[in-house]
Amino acid sequence: MTGWKTLLYKEVLRFWKVSFQTIAAPVLTAILYLLIFGHVLEDHVKVYDRISYTAFLIPGLVMMSVLQNAFANSSSSMIQSKIMGNLVFLLLTPLSHWAWFFAYVGSSLMRGLLVGGGVYLATVFFVEPHFAAPLWVLVFALMGAALLGTLGLIAGLWAEKFDQLAAFQNFIIMPMTFLSGVFYSIHSLPTFWQQISHLNPFFYMIDGFRYGFFGVSDTSPWLSLFIVGSALLAVAGLAVHLLRIGYKIRG
Amino acid sequence: MLKALDDVNLTIEQGEFFGLLGPNGAGKTTLISILAGLLRASAGKVSVHGHDVQADYARARQLLGVVPQELVFDPFFNVREALRIQSGYFGCKGNDAWIDELLHSLGLADKADANMRQLSGGMKRRVLVAQALVHKPPVIVLDEPTAGVDVELRQTLWQFIARLNKSGHTVLLTTHYLEEAEALCGRVAMLKAGRVVALERTSDLLKAASSHVLRLKLDGELPADLASRARVTGRIAQFSAHDAREIEGYLSAVREAGLQVEDVEITKADLEDVFLEVMAGKTSSSQAGNSWRESAQ
Repeated sequence: MTGWKTLLYKEVLRFWKVSFQTIAAPVLTAILYLLIFGHVLEDHVKVYDRISYTAFLIPGLVMMSVLQNAFANSSSSMIQSKIMGNLVFLLLTPLSHWAWFFAYVGSSLMRGLLVGGGVYLATVFFVEPHFAAPLWVLVFALMGAALLGTLGLIAGLWAEKFDQLAAFQNFIIMPMTFLSGVFYSIHSLPTFWQQISHLNPFFYMIDGFRYGFFGVSDTSPWLSLFIVGSALLAVAGLAVHLLRIGYKIRG
Repeated sequence: MLKALDDVNLTIEQGEFFGLLGPNGAGKTTLISILAGLLRASAGKVSVHGHDVQADYARARQLLGVVPQELVFDPFFNVREALRIQSGYFGCKGNDAWIDELLHSLGLADKADANMRQLSGGMKRRVLVAQALVHKPPVIVLDEPTAGVDVELRQTLWQFIARLNKSGHTVLLTTHYLEEAEALCGRVAMLKAGRVVALERTSDLLKAASSHVLRLKLDGELPADLASRARVTGRIAQFSAHDAREIEGYLSAVREAGLQVEDVEITKADLEDVFLEVMAGKTSSSQAGNSWRESAQ
């Protein structure tokens, strides 16, 4: 194996060896959300006039799981290696910053998609599977996972202790995910909050992803693609730069 | 700005067994970290086999096998997995035969499938050595590899490293155990407060320094003027002397001070004595340059 493939393999093996925690647990959490919110709201809420609330909720929950787990993977791997000191094994190698980037983001993408796929498979028991535009589903899942995997890498490089990483996760990633329209269509919000939601890049990931399921969405999937793609390029550029200069990892 | 290293200029020849000595905080680990790419020097140049450790880092690091000082490990993997992964980072395919040889030579064969967390400190240290050697680097850098490990491992490790050195590997070693440096290193550099204060063949360094050590056990305290020329530990006073005349001089000074000698021992100086003399500034040695460069040609 060439160097970056070994690092990708190692990163995948890392989460795979603790898959109860890294895959099964988030799948179960998402199913609990679906059971509880679906049960409570199924008869009270219809979205886009024709879609049941449970059906509406599924793509949002799948995407939320993809995003949160992609972020958790690269960020926790990086900070653990920094704190344990075993990042030195990697720092001593000839691997380039590109190798680091593709391996960390690639493994996060895989974990995000595995968890997302697991959540979706479980929901098949509740709602008949249906994809209006499957290519959009795939494109947004991949881009969303890559974007959050990259953000996780940046957070992992930046954070010096678990507390800082938890702050990043709980005060930035979690609110942006929850307020992105996972549980509701932003059309149900007052105009002011609709406009605020449009400033949240996570909204476009979930909205574009949902378009692939229903063929309808709050905003055009092309606009979402443009915004998510631009955000991905921007954070990827930053992450590669930080790796190249050895930000907080090489003195 | 605090200078961790200042004006260090070293050339290590290919195939040498080179020792880097100095008290804590002298800059040994800083120097090794710059060589390994873990730290960046604010000025100067370091190269390995002609490859600059910054501009041409991939080739420089491919040539280096570094055993870090800290006892670090990845808790997710067992010993064999850790070694296979480390091989892969360096692009070494199908490396199992060499991995088996490393496991065997370092006494790790029966621990191959043990998780890193289950290993004792000494065993973890062996794995660190194996990880550093897994890509067969021509230059081996050991940063205090025997700190806090038992005698058996020190023996195993030094036999193995000496064998690698004989087969052409260049070895750069930092250690606190000066008898190890004396036994193994053909040449040593001594660092003090970031500067090279001695750089010589080990044998020349031993010759250049006071060749004898006079060790006396006394029945009372030395007068201040004599005490300042000795290393005093309780009732034991140790004097460095170049020849028999000087030894006789110390003995008569002790008698004149009215002290009884209860025990006497005269030994040849070892590296520890030289080290203490150099650190105290008593022995000067060839040194210094205006840029610093490390090369293991």
